[in-house]
Amino acid sequence: MTDTDITPGDVPGATAPVPRKSFREARRMIRTYSRSFSSMLGLALVTLFLFVAVFGPWLAPFPEDAYGAVNFDIKLQPPSAEHWFGTDQVGSDILSRVLIGARTTLQIGLTVTGIAILIGVPLGLIAGMVGGWIAETIMRITDIFLSIPGLILAIAIVGALGPGILNAMLALSLVWWPGYVRLVQAKTLSLRNETYVDAARALGAGPFRVLFVHVLPNCLSPIVVKASMDMGMAILGAASLGFLGLGAQPPYPEWGAMISTGRAYLPDWWWCSFFPGIAIYLTVLGFNLLGDGLRDVLDPRQR
Amino acid sequence: MLKLIAKRMGLMVVMLLGLAVITFTVANIAPGDPARLAAGPDANQEMVEQIRVERGFDRPLPVRFVLYIEQLLNGDFGTSVYTGRPVAKDIAQFLPATVELVLFSISIAILLGVPLGVIAAVRQNRPIDHAIRLLSVSGVALPMFWLGLMLQWYLALNLDLFPLGGRLGIFSDVPEPITGMISLDAVLRGQFAVVGEALWHMILPATALSLPALAAIIRVNRAEMLEVLGRDYVTNARAQGIGPWRIIAVYSLKNAILPTLAMIGLRFGWMLGGTVLVEGVFDFPGLGLYAAKAAISSDFEPIMAVTLTLGAAFMLINLVIDLLYAVLDPRVRNQI
Repeated sequence: MTDTDITPGDVPGATAPVPRKSFREARRMIRTYSRSFSSMLGLALVTLFLFVAVFGPWLAPFPEDAYGAVNFDIKLQPPSAEHWFGTDQVGSDILSRVLIGARTTLQIGLTVTGIAILIGVPLGLIAGMVGGWIAETIMRITDIFLSIPGLILAIAIVGALGPGILNAMLALSLVWWPGYVRLVQAKTLSLRNETYVDAARALGAGPFRVLFVHVLPNCLSPIVVKASMDMGMAILGAASLGFLGLGAQPPYPEWGAMISTGRAYLPDWWWCSFFPGIAIYLTVLGFNLLGDGLRDVLDPRQR
Repeated sequence: MLKLIAKRMGLMVVMLLGLAVITFTVANIAPGDPARLAAGPDANQEMVEQIRVERGFDRPLPVRFVLYIEQLLNGDFGTSVYTGRPVAKDIAQFLPATVELVLFSISIAILLGVPLGVIAAVRQNRPIDHAIRLLSVSGVALPMFWLGLMLQWYLALNLDLFPLGGRLGIFSDVPEPITGMISLDAVLRGQFAVVGEALWHMILPATALSLPALAAIIRVNRAEMLEVLGRDYVTNARAQGIGPWRIIAVYSLKNAILPTLAMIGLRFGWMLGGTVLVEGVFDFPGLGLYAAKAAISSDFEPIMAVTLTLGAAFMLINLVIDLLYAVLDPRVRNQI
């Protein structure tokens, strides 16, 4: 027998039962997940959010209000049957603006988390697999980034690039990746010395095969869990920049910027900033609870 | 222990240098002219040229980096266009207010978070656990600037229970500064009425600022307590007839507190960042408000200086937490 014959995964008998096993596994996971009330609440909130993000322009009663329509004769009206969330200082329907703002929020969350993963995961894999001075350098840089409060660094970057929604997203992405490096590096380090990875190496698997077939798939669960949490946190971060006036600029329908604008009308016209805040809260809460639930299912040893 | 302190201090110097590299890089990735950025949006060409020579922006990058480090070591953070004063002076003026607010907030978070975490763990899956859980999942999801606004709107404007903002009422005498932290200065000067008033002004901003930290501390402490309470030695202690409170306080909490301590350190640092959001809402004249105003008016050097200051403060907190860890946990102490 030569060692090319027994590349792991090529043994016919070993591949056959896999689909059924993974089906059973998935069913078990779904059962575990659906037993928890808070996980299901998270799933419901995220589903609602995604639904609104996709269909917002059709759901909104006055879609043109999200793009700077002005009706001064109905400005600052309290919540009513026609305007559920009331109207703002130029008479725009706040419900419509909140619904359409969901799309922006989703874009921000996906972009920031996506870029952070694209930067952080490869660096973490390299640091974990290669070791030596390369790993040392990567981890030191990561540590330095992690030792600055993220929001402050994001503000500094937006300060350098200039305010705006694209720059805000870029800034948040640039401060978000170090967490993934830490996570993936730690996971890779522990996986690297697992018996099955040693076995694969002993059977002649090259470094790339070990990386992509044996290490990366086992890193996926914690990455998925962290990504779900980070969607929420990135949305919160973008709303914070919007509130400070560094992100999306009014009248763009972004929740943080809406709160900031509504602030000037606060004592009497509370609904201007109340409802966008609720939208942020429910969305972030949804992604956090979803992440918690996924962790219980995918990565039970971690808390 | 001394060796550990020396080692951590050495590491911190390296990290501070790294921090300076980051702020230097950020300052230089800016599209356009750094001299124009430093001069501010309203400067004319002549002023820009003057600043270019003054701050060495006409030299090559590595030379500029050395210059930058030299300036930092001399305590020169540039000039704020907005206030028209040296940034170092502004920071010295605004930092104590922020430190006071953050210390007050983290105290709230610890004093409430640790007991609530313990209660939730001891009464696992009872109604009180669910109520605490609701608080802790909401705490991290609520935008703190929005929470601050809503507290201000309802409790300060509508019900008139709390002051709207600021550090003291306009008619109170500010104690002669010693530390710059009004409540502490008032204690040191014996003006006890002012102490109460200063704390009273901080309650709403501190509530908004501390909620995410409170939530995180509850969460970690609950999970750790649950794990510790399930260990054999705790069962053994119970079997020996040791009272429930003694088991919780002496046998369990002592072991559960270490991971909680790590979380406290992390959240402490994030709180420093959160001040940028909360101080603006309550018109609290600290570093956060200063940074927010500077960022809005593209006043570049103050933002970089605040980033450096808060980054350094975060590192210092981490150092303290590391050392506390070593004091509390002999395993960590003996590793070195």
